[in-house]
Amino acid sequence: MNSIILKTASRYLLPLLLLFSIFTLLRGHYLPGGGFVGGLIASIAFVLYAFANTLQDTKKLLKIHPGFLMPAGLLLSFVAGLLPLVVGKPFMTGLWFAEKVPVVGSIGSALFFDIGVYLVVIGASLTIIFTITESNQ
Amino acid sequence: MNTNLLILPIIMPLITAIVLLFFWFRPNRQKYISLVGHILSVLVAIPIFLEAMKGTILTMAVGNWAAPFGIVYVCDAFSGALVLLTSLVGLAVGIYSNAAIQSKRASYGYFPLVHFLLMGLYGSFLAGDIFNLYVWFEVIIIASFVLITLGGEKAQLEGAVKYVTMNLLASVIFLTGIAVLYGILGTLNLADLSLKVSESPHRALINATAILFLVGFGIKSAIFPLYFWLPDSYHTPPTPISAIFGGLLTKVGVYALIRIFSLLFIGDPFIRDLLSWIAVLTMISGAFGAIVSYNLRKIFSYLIVSHIGFMIAGLALFSPIAIAGAAYYMMHDIIAKTNLFLVGGTIYKIKGQLHIDRVKGLFSQYPYLSIVFALAMFSVVGTPPLSGFWPKIMLLKGSFAMDNMWIIVGILLATFLTLWAMVRIWSKSFWSTEANEEKTTGRYQEMTTSQRRLLIGPILFLLAISLFLGFGAGYVSQMCSLIADQLMDSDTYVNAVLGITNLPEIQN
Repeated sequence: MNSIILKTASRYLLPLLLLFSIFTLLRGHYLPGGGFVGGLIASIAFVLYAFANTLQDTKKLLKIHPGFLMPAGLLLSFVAGLLPLVVGKPFMTGLWFAEKVPVVGSIGSALFFDIGVYLVVIGASLTIIFTITESNQ
Repeated sequence: MNTNLLILPIIMPLITAIVLLFFWFRPNRQKYISLVGHILSVLVAIPIFLEAMKGTILTMAVGNWAAPFGIVYVCDAFSGALVLLTSLVGLAVGIYSNAAIQSKRASYGYFPLVHFLLMGLYGSFLAGDIFNLYVWFEVIIIASFVLITLGGEKAQLEGAVKYVTMNLLASVIFLTGIAVLYGILGTLNLADLSLKVSESPHRALINATAILFLVGFGIKSAIFPLYFWLPDSYHTPPTPISAIFGGLLTKVGVYALIRIFSLLFIGDPFIRDLLSWIAVLTMISGAFGAIVSYNLRKIFSYLIVSHIGFMIAGLALFSPIAIAGAAYYMMHDIIAKTNLFLVGGTIYKIKGQLHIDRVKGLFSQYPYLSIVFALAMFSVVGTPPLSGFWPKIMLLKGSFAMDNMWIIVGILLATFLTLWAMVRIWSKSFWSTEANEEKTTGRYQEMTTSQRRLLIGPILFLLAISLFLGFGAGYVSQMCSLIADQLMDSDTYVNAVLGITNLPEIQN
């Protein structure tokens, strides 16, 4: 699509949407939001950028193949689940730091699990969309 | 006993699959990593098996949320044995895939998917929560959907459509059953359900859910009259995939059926009558299907259906010896059916054909190999002293004790027809001589010796396990009577799971 308005807008929308996706991700423990929705919003940001500019530009922006976000996210979630085993608690037990961090809130293993989900969702949705777009060209 | 050990069989394939995904663009390295993963899975399955065989029921509350509120994993002798067998079959098929999977399929993610599939299998065998069981079923079917379509040949896609449709339908029915059960009883934990089902006044509704579960699991395990998708789809994907499908996937359905029904619904005489009719019809119709087919892998697929009936018969009789026979038969069947498909795949590699009228002269060309194949094939029939013999005796004994003539007739007829199918393959494809003009060859002749070893090694490995199941019948039948005792007596299961918390009684 060759529209100068969309091109200019997408340049500003990309960081905004990414920021919003991180906000949604962090909000998700007790309120609506979380890794899955956050990941979808983040991938929408990249898809919008790809619509306005080209797929090649978006790939350059991402630097890595989005497919690699899938195992990376899985690994992060997996390690977050595994951590309680180190302190002798059952798999997937939530571990939390006592003190809250400003902006983020409480930090615990569940947060890292959610970040893992976030990465997997970005990886999977971008891989699907990029593959379909490429096979059309 | 509460232990973290139980999560390991699920963790191992997951971590292997994650590492494999990092090596997405290097299929050749994936082969080695995958093999390491399979070996690690066997190593973690052994201590669980040994612990479970002592008669203790292992439990684990994930996330430290106690039963019945959180998700628990439970491993009794039955689950322990199946976890070990799954890991052994996984190892054998993993070795076989190194020679049999073309690098094109490997580059589409064959190896990670196999590990995801195995993770789903371990999860279902260990789940102690009915919704968790459903989730593991979903993990299995999503991985298997991709595996069955991988490569995208026309026949494969045709088989996949049937497979996907039927399995999705089964999932929906299973989920509906769970929803109704939750609506009546308000719990999803199997042990808790078992307590509440017996006290519930809503008999009619509970029987209705039993039928929903029967249909849902019945489609997955291919019982009469819901089996027709299986022979149409299992012969289409490459050998290692159909070997895992044939050996393990239908058995998950049977496992779920045995687990859920022994805990929740078996007390009802109507359900048991229904199960015994289904068992007899499954045995006979599957066996008839096998003797009218001419494609080797299709014959094997029909035999899967037929032999599912034996396990259902054990559940329908529900006496200690019959359940022990069913468990024994299941162990034998997992090994024997996987091996049968590997044999079929190797014959295809040798001859490039699977039609039994066109595959000829195997015995004169490869006499030693033929004997190995024959042992694998005839252990399926149950020729004494191979592994299929003992469980059939136990099942027959069980049905004589219950005076259930139809099951006796079914077992004998199905066994005879299986023998017929095998003898037909043997006389047509092995003993016949090959006329020169119709000589066909497959890829086997071009393979190097080490590649050939990768094909034959797993068959020998599984055959050794199968022979152990036959000759070590003393040990195995002890194991099976432990399994049967635990399945018959749901109190031990319930106590092991709910005993962790010992909730105080609520006083009004």
